[in-house]
Amino acid sequence: MSTKLKNIKLTRRAFSYPYVIFLMLFVVIPLVLILVNAFMDGDKTLTLDNFRIFFTEKSSLIVLGNSILVGIVTTIICLLLGYPLAYILSKYNSGRILVLLYVLPMWVNFLIRTLATKSIFVAMGIELGMGTVLFGMVYNYLPFMILPLHTTISSIDKSLIEAAQDLGADRTQVLTKTVMPLSLSGIISGITMVFIPTISTFAISQLLSNGTIFLFGDSIQMKFEQGLYGVGSIMSLVMLIFVLISNFLMNRFNRGTTGRTLW
Amino acid sequence: MTKDSSNIIELRNVTKVYDGKEAVKNTSFAIKRGEFVTLLGPSGCGKTTTLRMIAGFELPTNGKILFNGVDITTIPPHLRKVNTVFQKYALFPHLNVYGNIAFGLKLKMLENGTKESKNGDLVQLYRHLTKKEISDKVDEILKMVDLEDYGHRNVSSLSGGQQQRVAIARALVNEPQVLLLDEPLGALDLKMRKDMQLELMDMHNKLGITFIYVTHDQEEALTMSDTIVVMRNGVIQQIATPEKVYDEPANAFVADFIGESNILSGVMLEDFKVEFCNTIFECVDRDFKKSEPIDVIIRPEDFRIVKVESEKALLKSEVLSCVFKGDHYQITVFAEGNELVVNDTNAVKEGDTIGLYIKPFDLHIMHKSRIINEIITTMIDTNKVEICDTVFDCLSELEAGTKVKVSIDFDDVEIMDDPQDGMITCTVVNSIYKGSYYQCIVRTEKYYDFFVDTDDDWLKGDRVGIRIAPENIIIEKVEEAIEEDKAENVD
Repeated sequence: MSTKLKNIKLTRRAFSYPYVIFLMLFVVIPLVLILVNAFMDGDKTLTLDNFRIFFTEKSSLIVLGNSILVGIVTTIICLLLGYPLAYILSKYNSGRILVLLYVLPMWVNFLIRTLATKSIFVAMGIELGMGTVLFGMVYNYLPFMILPLHTTISSIDKSLIEAAQDLGADRTQVLTKTVMPLSLSGIISGITMVFIPTISTFAISQLLSNGTIFLFGDSIQMKFEQGLYGVGSIMSLVMLIFVLISNFLMNRFNRGTTGRTLW
Repeated sequence: MTKDSSNIIELRNVTKVYDGKEAVKNTSFAIKRGEFVTLLGPSGCGKTTTLRMIAGFELPTNGKILFNGVDITTIPPHLRKVNTVFQKYALFPHLNVYGNIAFGLKLKMLENGTKESKNGDLVQLYRHLTKKEISDKVDEILKMVDLEDYGHRNVSSLSGGQQQRVAIARALVNEPQVLLLDEPLGALDLKMRKDMQLELMDMHNKLGITFIYVTHDQEEALTMSDTIVVMRNGVIQQIATPEKVYDEPANAFVADFIGESNILSGVMLEDFKVEFCNTIFECVDRDFKKSEPIDVIIRPEDFRIVKVESEKALLKSEVLSCVFKGDHYQITVFAEGNELVVNDTNAVKEGDTIGLYIKPFDLHIMHKSRIINEIITTMIDTNKVEICDTVFDCLSELEAGTKVKVSIDFDDVEIMDDPQDGMITCTVVNSIYKGSYYQCIVRTEKYYDFFVDTDDDWLKGDRVGIRIAPENIIIEKVEEAIEEDKAENVD
């Protein structure tokens, strides 16, 4: 019996090796390279110059601010559009299939979709700018909002909704007093899944604004294209820190409520 | 407590159809103000559906529900003056105990005088309850359910019994006229359940409001209710007081479901004379057809054990087993080919021969719901007949297309464990022990119920197959004119 168990353990562990190797090669090593690059100048000597260059350059800080702003606005729009939709879809048995329809565009590469969107705007004579960038962002990230919301809302125990009705809540009160508080964890994961990718995304803003609006992701890409590995790495680090901070905040917030939202 | 005799809730010809299946069939009954009514029946009998229609969560397919004489059939649940205690409590996990109980109060609007509008009409003004009013009411109800210091507690940190109390408090704090309880004690352990039963009865007495209670536990129903509504397959079998349901069950199903009973097949010879166990007994029943096959129901405690030689020994029987049950002995005896259960306060020895005496009054005699399985159908070909969409071999020279009546005796239907082995797949809906055999009811997918007598006890809900040998299918030609008449005779 015990030898059998040992064997199982061994084989189970063996399955994880390819994943660990992949993780080392494509996640850990690049991160280390970024870290190393951030502290080196063009002559491969140790320096803190890159930090000075980034934090004193006004334009890159403005780009960072813009990115966060676009991220917040996109997230709010996605939430306002996605929540009612997820709520309505969760009421129907066929909702799962309808959700799939919303997710379906994601099967097309986002660059192709964005280019197509751009062509449509151009053809319609709509001027490319902040509006079109926000449209592109919302269009790309809405499914990431709908999916977790739909999952949490449809997993709410129906008897809780009936209990609310029984105690005198009309439709609106059922929504505001039970469904919304009970789907808080879905709202939080939706926000995380939209906000973090939008602040780091590239290409969408560049394509849909004809290169007039630069977001943080775009400027990182540009720095690397220009061979400024050091500054590019610093910016990547800043991005990473932002992602970690927002993740941490969301987790904190979520944990504070799980005790109450999850039974 | 004074009981106003007027009806608070009335169901009129209510039917509820789910996916083409009738969960509740043309049900009518009335509930008096202040009554404790229990809807009792096995799972799937339509009791919960009935309760949910009264609460407003389900819309009846047909029929009306009246509340104080007013039709509320289509009124949404939040406007009904009833509150529900849910099966799994359904407490809001995002609110604490106080928040859960105050939920209904915070939504409540009170009339707050009137005001003259600009064009001279009187406008009714409403207001919410004040914080003080809410907290006073919550504190009072928490006291009533013995959870005084639990207001700030998280509902998930409470035990099952405490959650149950919160659920009851949450419903009662709204001062409903009718409290609906959907198997509220199902998740509690036995001891807790007994305590809660007493507490609920106490609350019912104190508050004087109407309780409608749903349960599958017959003992719970007998203990707590003023009136029991026994349901089965969406049809009410009996509405009566607990005493009456127990002592005078309306049919074999009720007798089998409520308490222990011996159900035996017999024949009514003439008025006041019945034959079963190869013995003729005196009884108090009359107005049966001559030699009508009937079911006899005898409660185990209604047997009296007497000496075999005694004049009073109506039945001679051999003791198979004798088990101590605390306040009585449960004795299984074998008499004239039938196994009977007898309860007595004195022990008897296994293997002994004892005499049994039954008072004529204690023999409950009822019509059999069906004597033979009958189906009106058509011949597919000579020697082939259609039964429930399946072609059966039979022995008949009638031509294809002839309308026929098929009769099959209960013991000619064979139940197969594996649905694949049978000609038709069925679900076992009922199984009652009748002394020497089990009478099962199996339902085909086309909703025809076959009555089957078998030696084995089949589990309710099991998928089984049935077979009928060609020689056991009795076929009679039906004239078109009498066809309708015959169809009505089919149960």
